[in-house]
Amino acid sequence: MPDFLQSRGFSRTLPLVLFALAAAIPFGLSDYDTNLVARFLAMGIVALGIVLTWGHGGILSLGQGVFFGLGGYAIAMHIKLADLAEGEIPDFMQWSGRTALPFWWEPFHSPVFALAAALVGPALVAALFAWAVFHRRVSGTYFALITQALALAFATLIISRQDVTGGFNGLTNFTSIFGFLFAGPGMASALYWITLGALALSWLGLRWLLGSRFGTVLRAARDGENRVRFLGYDPVPFKVAAFALAAMLSGLGGALFTLNAGVISPALIGVAPSIEMVVWVAIGGRTSLGGAIFGALAVNLARDAISSSFPEGWLYVMGALFILVVTLFPQGLAGLLSSRSGKRGENPA
Amino acid sequence: MSGILVATQLFNGLSLASIYLLAALGLALSFGLMRVINMAHGELLMLGGYFAWGTLGLVPGPLGILVALPVAFLGSAAVGAVIETTLIRRLSARPLDTLLGTWGVSLILQQAARDLFGAIGVEVRAPDWLSGAWTLGGVTLPSARLFIMLVALAVLGALALLLRRSRLGLLVRAVNQDRMMASACGIDAGRVDLAVFCLGSGIAGMAGVMLALLGPVTPNVGQGYIVPAFLVVVMGGLGSILGTTVAALILGLFLALSQIFVDVSIAQMLMLVFVIVFIQFRPQGVAPARTRALDA
Repeated sequence: MPDFLQSRGFSRTLPLVLFALAAAIPFGLSDYDTNLVARFLAMGIVALGIVLTWGHGGILSLGQGVFFGLGGYAIAMHIKLADLAEGEIPDFMQWSGRTALPFWWEPFHSPVFALAAALVGPALVAALFAWAVFHRRVSGTYFALITQALALAFATLIISRQDVTGGFNGLTNFTSIFGFLFAGPGMASALYWITLGALALSWLGLRWLLGSRFGTVLRAARDGENRVRFLGYDPVPFKVAAFALAAMLSGLGGALFTLNAGVISPALIGVAPSIEMVVWVAIGGRTSLGGAIFGALAVNLARDAISSSFPEGWLYVMGALFILVVTLFPQGLAGLLSSRSGKRGENPA
Repeated sequence: MSGILVATQLFNGLSLASIYLLAALGLALSFGLMRVINMAHGELLMLGGYFAWGTLGLVPGPLGILVALPVAFLGSAAVGAVIETTLIRRLSARPLDTLLGTWGVSLILQQAARDLFGAIGVEVRAPDWLSGAWTLGGVTLPSARLFIMLVALAVLGALALLLRRSRLGLLVRAVNQDRMMASACGIDAGRVDLAVFCLGSGIAGMAGVMLALLGPVTPNVGQGYIVPAFLVVVMGGLGSILGTTVAALILGLFLALSQIFVDVSIAQMLMLVFVIVFIQFRPQGVAPARTRALDA
C-alpha cells in the first residue's frame, strides 16, 4: 500500500474531500437516486452509534432497530397529525374503527416535542434498559440476547396494535413537514443535505468523544472490565452513557430515514433489520467511524442492486457476509487498510 | 375468570415450557462449556420439523413419529457438528462474534429451506393416536401436547442420567468446572465441546418434531421459539440443567398465564420485563454455578 495512504495529511483531507463530493450528489443524481443515498446516509448515523457502543464499548446490541423505530415513529406521528384537518384522526385509525386520538398521540401535535422525542426518547429508554442490565454485571452475551428479545417484543407490539400504530404497514402517506411539501421542488435535495449535515456532525462529535478520556475509559472497560474497577472507575455509567448515546444516534438516523423514505414500519426495525445494522459496522471495521459509514452505504447499495435482480439471493449474500466478516476480517475493511500501522482498534477516525 | 380457563392455561404453559426446555437445553449446555450462543439453534428446530416431515413421508403409519424422533436427533446433531467444527470452534474465544457468525448460518439455512420446501411450509399429519384429546374435569388436554411433555420429561431424565452417570458426563462436568485444569488432566476439551454441541443440536431437532405436531413446518418456525429459549438461558444460569428446567417452566407458565389477562404481544413484552426484573435479584440465574472465578 502506498505510504501516502497512511500519512497524516491524507487522513485529514480525505474526510473533507468525501464530504464535498457527497454534498454535490444532488446536483449530479436524479431526485430518486439522491433520496436513495440520503436513506443510506441516515443508516450511516445508526452505524456510527454502533461503533461507539460495540466497537469501543464492547456492548453488542441486537436491538438498535428499536431505537431507530422510536425516532422514526416519533417524527412520523407528528407528520400524520400535522397533515390532518382540525378534529380529524389519522386515516388508519378511522379504518380500524377508532373515533378519538389516543392520549399519548396528543403531544406529537407539537413539532418541538416530536423532534425532542425522536432524540431523547430512545436515549432515555436505552439508558434505563442498559442500567438495569449492567449494574447487575450481566455478561455481554446475555445483554445481546436481551436486546434481541426487546427488538422482537417491540416489533410484535407495533404489529398487534394496528389501531394506534398503523400495524404491519407502519406509518406512511406523508404530505408535509413543518409546512414544506414532501413532493415539493428541491425537497429531496434539502432532506439529503440535512441528513448529510447530521451525519457529518455526528461523525465529528464522536471523533472528539472517542479521543477524549471518556473514550479511553470505555475502551478500557471493553478490554478488561474488572481491571477498570480495580483502578477505581465504575464502568457502568460509561457503558450506560455509550449505549444511550448510540440509541440517540439510532433515533436520529431513524427520524431522518423516515423523512427521506416517507415510511416507517415494523419490517424496518424488527429482529432481522436490527442485527443487520451490526453487520454494516462489522464490514467497515467495528472501531472505525469512517468504516461504519462506508459499511452502511456499501451493504445497502449492494442490497439494492442484488435484491432487485435476485430477491432470493440476497439472504445468502447477507448470511455469507456475517460469517466471512467475523471469521476472516474481524477488524473489517478499516483493519485491512490500517494493518500496516499495527495498532488495532485505536484509531477512532 | 373461571377455574377451567386457568387450568387450561396452566396446561398450555407446561406444554410451552416443554418446548422451551427442549430448545434451550442445548443452548444452555454449550453456553456453560464454551460461553457461546448459537444463533442458528432455531434453525436446528426447523430442520427437525423437516426431518419429521420427510420421515413421515417415508414411514407412514401410526408409529412414524417415533421413527422421526431419532432421525431428527441424528440429522440435527450432524448439522450441529458441521456448524461447531467449521465456525464456532474458530470463534469460541470471541462470544459476540459467534453470535453474528451463527446468525449468518441461520439466514442461509432459512433461505435454503425456503428454496427447497417453499415459503408456505409443509404440513405434518399427526398420527391418529396423537390427534385426539383427553378431558379432565372440563379441561381439554390434546394428546399431542401431552406427548410433548412426556418427550421433554424423557429427554430431561436421559440427559440428567448421562451427565451424572456416564463417562462423557464426567468429562462434561470436569470441563464445565475448570476447562484449563481438565485439559491439563488430559481431557480433550474440544471433543467434549463437540459432543455437547451435537447433543444439544440433536435435542433441538427433537423439539422440531414436536413443533411439527403443533402446526405447519415453515422456514422460520424456529424463530418464534428461539427468542424465549434465549431468555430461558439468561434466566437459567450457566450450563445448569436444573436452572434451565426451572427457567423454562417459569417463562412458559408466565407467558401462558399472562395471556388470561392480556394478548400475546403484551404478554411477550411483559415476559421480557419479567426477565429484566428477575436478573436484578438473581443476576447469576436460577441455579448459579458456584465458582470463585472473577470473570465467569
